[in-house]
Amino acid sequence: MMVTLSRIIKYGWQGFLRNGWLSVSTISIMILAAFVFGGLILFNIAGQNTVQSIQEKIDISVYFKSNISEDTILSIKKSLEGLSEVKIVDYVSQDQALADFKARHANEETITQTLEQLDVNPLLPALNIKARDPHEYEAIANYLEAADIKNQTEKVTYAQNQVVIDRLVGLVDTMKKTGLVLTVFLSFLAVTVTFNTIRLAIFSNSEQINIMRLVGASNSFIRGPYIFEGAVYGVISAIISFIALWPIINFISPHIYQFIPDVNLKAYFQDNIYSLFFYQFLFCAGLGIVSGIFAIRRYLRT
Amino acid sequence: MIIFQNVTKTYSHNAVALDKVSFKVQPGEFVSIVGRSGAGKSTVVKLLIGEEQPTKGQIFFNTYEINKLKHREMPEFRRHIGVIFQDFRLLSRKTVFENIAFALEVAGRPQNEINEFVPQVLDMVGLKDKILNFPAELSGGEKQRVAIARAMVNRPEVLIADEPTGNLDPFNTWEVIKLLNKINELGSTVILATHDKEIVNTLGERVITLEDGKVVKDEQNGRFIIG
Repeated sequence: MMVTLSRIIKYGWQGFLRNGWLSVSTISIMILAAFVFGGLILFNIAGQNTVQSIQEKIDISVYFKSNISEDTILSIKKSLEGLSEVKIVDYVSQDQALADFKARHANEETITQTLEQLDVNPLLPALNIKARDPHEYEAIANYLEAADIKNQTEKVTYAQNQVVIDRLVGLVDTMKKTGLVLTVFLSFLAVTVTFNTIRLAIFSNSEQINIMRLVGASNSFIRGPYIFEGAVYGVISAIISFIALWPIINFISPHIYQFIPDVNLKAYFQDNIYSLFFYQFLFCAGLGIVSGIFAIRRYLRT
Repeated sequence: MIIFQNVTKTYSHNAVALDKVSFKVQPGEFVSIVGRSGAGKSTVVKLLIGEEQPTKGQIFFNTYEINKLKHREMPEFRRHIGVIFQDFRLLSRKTVFENIAFALEVAGRPQNEINEFVPQVLDMVGLKDKILNFPAELSGGEKQRVAIARAMVNRPEVLIADEPTGNLDPFNTWEVIKLLNKINELGSTVILATHDKEIVNTLGERVITLEDGKVVKDEQNGRFIIG
C-alpha cells in the first residue's frame, strides 16, 4: 500500500515536472480562477460590511410626551424588546438627550446660550429601535400605532424617514442579489474553465493512459498520479495567487476606504490571512483534484 | 494454454472481422498468425489481451475466460501476458528504465527487484547504455527492443507481438525476431501476428493463416501461402 502510494506520488510529481508548458498553462488558468475566488471572498466581505453599515444607520425613534413617566417608557421598551422583529431598543432620557445635544453642539455658541436661557428641558425622552431585518420597520411602526402606545407618543420618525428607509432597504437587497449572482456566475466560470483545461491536459495523455492499461496498471494506479498532479497545480496556484493578491489589496484598499469608510480590506486581509489562504488553498487543491478525477474517468471506463 | 472457441467478432454495419475462429495454442509454442491486411490478425490480438470483446464465442487463457473478465480483473490478467505493437507504444514521458520498471511497478514488485531486473533485461536486448534516454531519443529498432524488454520483464507466460517488425529495417527486423526466438526458448509462448512472408518461412514454426476473418490453414512447420 505504502509502496503503491509512494509510486503514485512519484509519478504525479514527475508528470508535473515533465509536462512543462502544459503544467505552466494549467497553473496560469488556475491562478486566474483562484484570483476570481479570492476576489469573490473579498467582494462579499466588502459587500456585507457595506450592507451592515447601511443597516446600522437605519433605525426608528419614538419620542414620548414630556409628561410620560420613565417607568411607562421602560415598560413600553420591554414590550418592544419582546417583539421578534426588534433587535435592540435604546432608551434616551430627557437629561441624556440634552447632554447628547449639548455635546453635539458644544462649539455652537448661539445654541448653547439659548439652551441656558431656557428653564425647562425642551427635548423629549425617546426610544431608538433597530430591527433585525430592515424590512420589518413597517411592522414595528404599526405596533407603535396601537392606541395605548400612540396616546403617549409625540411622534414616530418612521413616517418621516419612510422613503429613505425604503430606498436603503432596496439598495441593501440589490447589493445582496448582485453579490449572489456575481458569486454564482464567476465561480461557475472559474470552475468550468479550470476543469476544461485539466481535461485537455489529460486528453493529451489519453494514448499514454491506454498504454498503461495494456501493461496491466489498475485504474487507481493510473488515476492516482493525475489526481496528485491536479493537487500540485492547485497548491502552486493558491500560493502564487495569494502572494499576487497582497499588492492588489494594498493598492485598492485605500480607494475603497475613501468611498465606504466601513470597509477596510487591508485590515481584513491582515487579520484573516491564514483563514483566507486556507480557503484559497482548499478551493484550488479541491478544484485540481476533482477536475482530475472527473476528467480521467472517461479514459478508464472501457 | 490458449483456446479460441468459435469466436466471432462483428463491428458496426455488420463488418465481420472474425468468423467462427477456433484454435488452441499449447504452452511454449511459437505460433505465427498470418494473413493480408484486414484478415483479422490484429483482432485476434485485441481479443487475446482483452482490449475488445468477442461478439460470440469463448476465449480461454489458462484459468481465465477472457471474454467474461470483469473490468477490475483485467489488470491482473494482463500482467500474465506481454504485448508488443508495431507502433511500439512506449510511455513517451518516461525514460527507458522507467518504461520497463513501470510494468513491474504496476504488479507491486519491490524496488530492489526492479533495480536488479531492469538492467538485466536491458542487457539482454542490448540497450544497457540507453537506460536514461527517453523514447524520442531512440531509433525505431531501439524502441521496439525497449518494448520487448518491457513485455518480458515480468516473465510472462505468453508474449503477443502484433506486426512488431512493420516499422523496422531488415537488420532490426531480424534482431527482433531473434529476441522473440530467445524468449520462446526461455519457455514463454510466443504469438506473432505478421504479414511478413520471409520471417514466417524462415521461422519454420506453426502458422495459422487467416483469410476474411476465417482460419483457412493451421499447420505445424507451416509456410506463408496466401491464395
